[in-house]
Amino acid sequence: MMKLSLGPILWFWSKQTVFDFYARAAEWPVDTIYLGEAVCSRRRELKPDDWFDLARDLKACGKEVVISTQTLIESEADLRRLRRICDQNEFLVEANDQSAVQVASRHQIPFITGPSMNIYNVATLKVLAKQGLKGWNLPVELGKETLEQLINGLKQEGLALPAEVFAWGFLPLAWSSRCFTARHYNLPKDNCEFRCLQHPDGMELRSRESQELFRLNGISTLSGSRYDLMRELPEMERMGVKTVRLSPEHQGMEEVVERFDQVRRGEVPATDPLQLVQAPPCNGYWYGKPGMDLIR
Amino acid sequence: MELVCPAGSLPALKTAVDNGANAVYFGFRDSTNARQFAGLNFNDKRAAEGIEYAHRRGARVFCAINTYPQPDGWEQWKGAVDRAASLGVDAIILADMGLLDYAANRYPDIPRHLSVQGSATSHEALSFYKDNFDIRRAVLPRVLSLDQVRGVAKHSPVELEVFAFGSLCIMAEGRCYLSSYLTDESPNTRGACSPAKAVRWHETPQGLESRLNDVLIDRYGQGESAGYPTLCKGRFEVEGSVYHAIEEPVSLNTLDLLPELQELGISAVKIEGRQRSPAYIADVARTWRQALDNLDRTPGMFTVEDDWRNTLSGLSEGGLTTLGAYHRKWK
Repeated sequence: MMKLSLGPILWFWSKQTVFDFYARAAEWPVDTIYLGEAVCSRRRELKPDDWFDLARDLKACGKEVVISTQTLIESEADLRRLRRICDQNEFLVEANDQSAVQVASRHQIPFITGPSMNIYNVATLKVLAKQGLKGWNLPVELGKETLEQLINGLKQEGLALPAEVFAWGFLPLAWSSRCFTARHYNLPKDNCEFRCLQHPDGMELRSRESQELFRLNGISTLSGSRYDLMRELPEMERMGVKTVRLSPEHQGMEEVVERFDQVRRGEVPATDPLQLVQAPPCNGYWYGKPGMDLIR
Repeated sequence: MELVCPAGSLPALKTAVDNGANAVYFGFRDSTNARQFAGLNFNDKRAAEGIEYAHRRGARVFCAINTYPQPDGWEQWKGAVDRAASLGVDAIILADMGLLDYAANRYPDIPRHLSVQGSATSHEALSFYKDNFDIRRAVLPRVLSLDQVRGVAKHSPVELEVFAFGSLCIMAEGRCYLSSYLTDESPNTRGACSPAKAVRWHETPQGLESRLNDVLIDRYGQGESAGYPTLCKGRFEVEGSVYHAIEEPVSLNTLDLLPELQELGISAVKIEGRQRSPAYIADVARTWRQALDNLDRTPGMFTVEDDWRNTLSGLSEGGLTTLGAYHRKWK
């Protein structure tokens, strides 16, 4: 059976909200939980030790835990946090940048690459396998055709590198040194007053015709529609996808996990609609179309 | 510091060399490079002619193969590396780890530069590329502040090239999928951002509208000058206000920073714009050549001349320039 994973929380939530979320998640039928700050260096509600404590608790609850790293590394302070995450031997690391690959391989820590690592071909996977790659996420802009070629290519090379696919949530699409939330409030990034805390699922950016295009989330930009590949689960299983990633949201997550779990067990049809929080669905990338498209 | 100029065509290449470029960079006429535009770029014959022209005049030529091949494109991209090698380029600019590995093993003697699309923003990332593919140089993404560039430069195991002038990418390059989210092409997959094939202009009672795959990017009132609908430079609505929520249409201009960049040991400054005309390239290359020559002649006394500033402003998007992320407050 395919595994379900909870990706790192891409939004900025208070420490208590994070703890409450994972206290509930410990009971959910997810196999793997990614923990840590993957977006902004200023988000420090939880310190590295808080994350590690949480990781041990979740591991004790039977979850496989992976510690995520920041996607855009800009400063020595960012590198110090990265080294701190790799200076342990209890947990796998999610490398979201080549900096993390370098540091993890130096510490001989096995790692999984997140969806922001540019893995577009088998030759790249072979390079990373030599560094200690244990699994990889398909970049969000790639679809099933490319994924199938990659999985088949790995088989031909005799490489056992399990593939994970981002299958539910707002797609992380870009990272900038500029903070768009601070910009919205006319605040300097260095003195942002942590306004992201007021937007636990980002700020909607719409066209002047009210089309939901993107979600602004600090320095990152996410899709305005919610990616939903639930009905593709049987196809993914056939292709040999090992893990399906669900991206945390502060409301309705339990139902999402439950439904994906039912679908992977074949208990409900994959086509049963899942209607939760307000946001249009999309699945275009999976079909090689514009990501925002919905192919029915 | 070396002046590296864009060459989207043979006339542009010659113009850049004639106006003082130390090196020019070009791509092949397909999606193996990050400026895939109709009518732009080089076939092998034109490339050979350009390389000979540049070499005779003491300028170097780099070939950009800086998009990301998927399995069904692998042979084509690998073939592009082979073509660049047989043409005798002075360096290949690459982003994809698989392709870097191929180039390093197959052509160890041809220098490899890490493209800005390789998203290396720390010395640890640069070390990764140096250790694995023995890159000689890296082009830094336009997201670092000057202090952060200083930090990277201090520990960098390779030469550094930084963007000096031209269109400003506000997202960390190589990891921006906004374009493929709205259209079916991105810089990584097809070498295109906000591709022209998806652009439509409509004159409406509310004003001139620019659309990308039918998504309204901007609407211009009377007297407003319209720009190309690069999706991150449109006006959008966030929480009830309509503004350039991501970035204004401005160009990057770092003339003011030249002394600092030199002091940090930066090896080269790069001009963006393979999609620009030879006339544009001539003005930009000439201006930067003068600035770099002045910097060399009178170190410690460098000032930006009004003439240079005016020339570059006139060539900028919306007539505006910014120091971008180099200037911390911009963030």
